[in-house]
Amino acid sequence: MYAVEVENISKSFEKVEALKNISFNVKSGSLFGFIGPDGAGKTTLFRILVTLLKQNTGTAKIQGLNNITDYKKIRSIVGYMPGKFSLYQDLSVEENLRFFATVFGTTVENNYHLIKDIYSQIEPFKTRLAGKLSGGMKQKLALSCAMIHKPEVLFLDEPTTGVDAVSRKEFWEMLKVLKNSGITILVSTPYMDEAELCDEVALIQDGKILKIETPQNIIGAYEKNLYAVKSTNMFKLIADLRSFEFSESVFPFGQFIHYTDKRDQINENDLINYLAQKDHKNIVLQKITPNIEDCFMSYLNK
Amino acid sequence: MQEETENIIYVRDLVKKFGNFVANDHLSFEVKKGEIFGFLGANGAGKTTTIRILCGLSSPTSGEIKVAGFDAFKETEKIKRNIGYMSQKFSLYEDLTVTENIRFYGGIYGISRKEIKVRTQILLEKLKFEEVKNTLIKDLPLGWRQKLAFSVAIFHQPKIVFLDEPTGGVDPITRRQFWEMIYEEAHNGMTIFVTTHYMDEAEYCDRISIMVEGKIAALDTPLNLMKEYETKNMEGVFLKLARNIE
Amino acid sequence: MKRFKGFVIKEFYHIFRDVRTMAILFGIPIVQLLLFGFVITNEIKDAKIAIFDQSKDNITQKLSQKILSSGYFLLEKNLNNYNEINQSFKEGNIKLVIVFEKDFAKHLEKERKANLQIISDASEPNTANILVNYTIAITNDFLKEINPNAKVPLQIIPEVRMLYNPDLKGVFMFVPGIMAMLLMLISAMMTSISITREKETGTMEVLLVSPLKPIQIIVGKVVPYVFLSFINAVVILILGKFVFGVPINGSILLLLGESVLYILTALSLGIMISTLTKTQQTAMLISMLVLMLPSILLSGFIFPIENMPTPLQFICQIMPPKWFIIIIKNIMLKGVGFAYVWKETLILFGMMVFFILVSVKKFKIRLE
Repeated sequence: MYAVEVENISKSFEKVEALKNISFNVKSGSLFGFIGPDGAGKTTLFRILVTLLKQNTGTAKIQGLNNITDYKKIRSIVGYMPGKFSLYQDLSVEENLRFFATVFGTTVENNYHLIKDIYSQIEPFKTRLAGKLSGGMKQKLALSCAMIHKPEVLFLDEPTTGVDAVSRKEFWEMLKVLKNSGITILVSTPYMDEAELCDEVALIQDGKILKIETPQNIIGAYEKNLYAVKSTNMFKLIADLRSFEFSESVFPFGQFIHYTDKRDQINENDLINYLAQKDHKNIVLQKITPNIEDCFMSYLNK
Repeated sequence: MQEETENIIYVRDLVKKFGNFVANDHLSFEVKKGEIFGFLGANGAGKTTTIRILCGLSSPTSGEIKVAGFDAFKETEKIKRNIGYMSQKFSLYEDLTVTENIRFYGGIYGISRKEIKVRTQILLEKLKFEEVKNTLIKDLPLGWRQKLAFSVAIFHQPKIVFLDEPTGGVDPITRRQFWEMIYEEAHNGMTIFVTTHYMDEAEYCDRISIMVEGKIAALDTPLNLMKEYETKNMEGVFLKLARNIE
Repeated sequence: MKRFKGFVIKEFYHIFRDVRTMAILFGIPIVQLLLFGFVITNEIKDAKIAIFDQSKDNITQKLSQKILSSGYFLLEKNLNNYNEINQSFKEGNIKLVIVFEKDFAKHLEKERKANLQIISDASEPNTANILVNYTIAITNDFLKEINPNAKVPLQIIPEVRMLYNPDLKGVFMFVPGIMAMLLMLISAMMTSISITREKETGTMEVLLVSPLKPIQIIVGKVVPYVFLSFINAVVILILGKFVFGVPINGSILLLLGESVLYILTALSLGIMISTLTKTQQTAMLISMLVLMLPSILLSGFIFPIENMPTPLQFICQIMPPKWFIIIIKNIMLKGVGFAYVWKETLILFGMMVFFILVSVKKFKIRLE
């Protein structure tokens, strides 16, 4: 049983083709992630699914309801948290929550159990204006507001953008709890590291879906041997690795440089010797397992 | 060896108070010339306050602060002339073209027209931007904008450049091209001061300071910090530090 | 209904929390009114007058004395015959001539009433009107002084003649004019800004995805401003009456009713603007340019419509303020009833319906 079924959706604005023939299905009760950089088409896709935009071609169904003909019904069963936390900055925490509850024809008291875990963290500040909250607290409030009418499908558009690491971590823990209560959740994020927290992810770039898989399978499908390399002069190291005759891809990756070779099997000492010749000191070379970002880049390069 | 390297930013006992609230509580750190220095902290930890002081936009309550050799109390104008600034949110005028933006920023720093022309040409070639030089910024892909924004921020060849979450949301490949540009500038002696709350971005830095509630809670290379806090990434370090206080 | 109520309550929160909005809502009307009022009443000190005293008795002299010592008037000259009156007006120095009839004191004593003629230069209608009113007020004062306890009251019957502009066009126009302009500006601008603000902050996305109906969102936005604009209208009327002495001769209920209609028209115009614009800035600019300037220039508030070229006159017909000014001028100054303004009322009503229809039609249930 699928909560969201999308078939061949395309969407163009004046100049740009935002979505190019996208298809995917989201299983009921799962946590589905759209991972891709800004401008990949994530927001457009979400707006189509929550009935704010119409696609040019293709069909989309939410809980079996057509997103164009049944838009009114869809609007009462989805929860939506837009990219900018859409809260009223000049209303207090509690006033925001009450407002969204009444708009959806319910009360905070009726559905308090749904948001208790999240809301209780910001409840001590309930008289504070939303505009004066920190990023993490805004995010929790926005999630509470999107949840207050007990939606069947929850759409979260870049909920973790602009939020610090602690709040991000807590946020994903909250999503897991929500998921366990049976709600289908679609999340979009530009942060590759968040992919691993989803049941299934779609890698999206330039309006196209590169891959839909479980995070484990995406990593498992990475064919190449991946090496992390480090030396004292990182800038020179990048250039030297690129000019190595068997070099395939060279990407800086935090403290290391991720390197793949054209050959299937390589002799690690060859490479170390080569780098030593080029005056590199404290050379570190280790074989590593790729992460989602490595995989994403390998799909982009194909 | 390292002691001989010039300290381009020198901060001793920096205190900044807003009324009774202490935003920066006796901060002390140095940043060396050519270093990529990561300045991290949760929302509201006091990062922004420190950066404003280092950029000469706000005056400290007490302490000894030198930026590019100038005093943060008295010589803020000289500081401003020797630094560059780039933020992810605002840097370029969307309704101006690539060359217009470059010319505008060059003009702000009093570079002569001739010189601007010469340097613009070099820059366009280096970025491979010649074809889009008359394109409006809003019609450029995000990643291109970021690269241009960085180039514009260092167009007047500052000694230090401050980057505020420079690569959040950029696609992974462009992001790496961006970091390679930063590596190159650092290699040529520019000091890079990065603030971000994305931990994967922090891992590109030579050294990292993490601020918690107005104080510097940790300062070391990413690898040393990971070792010390026994985690495999910076996120772990940050979580341990920031959660301890709760 | 509960949804709608929640929505309206939220709108009130927005208004009351925003100091600037409140300042605009209540500050501007008062400041504007005082400004206009002040500019207009300013010139009245030391107005030059002439007196033609055909009686020259002790009463006329005392009254002249009192008038001249009031501080409002300066005696330019004494006249000796009727021909001189016209002559001195034409010379241009004199704003007002007071004529005492022959045997003024005698008439007052015997018949308990005497005639006083006040002639003024009404080419500056406001000044003329105010000067005349002052003169009459001083005269009445004088009567009370000289005969405090009379059983049969003394009467001086003033006969007022306005030279050059007998209908007093433009007199007291500023209160109806300002009311029309401010209500239009405030109502239309405030609503258009408040809707576009939701578009900008992204909250409109959430509202759209909610089960709220477009009409509920629109009406919910309007209701608070109906109240506030109404309070505004009342404040302007009170200031006009008690600070500047503008009369309200007709029915106050009718006047307030028409004001509400006009407010609703302005609000629906504001909503229409907001459905057609995306940002607060454009909404504000359109409100200023399209509403404020024309409602000052083309409503007949400052420049008489009949003197305009035909194309402009046509544009004037579609300006809601024009009709409102006619209505309230008639009610306030002429004191007429609904029977005399129903046509204009109907036109305003039609405009309101049109704006609302367009808004509901144009209000997007989606983002594009």
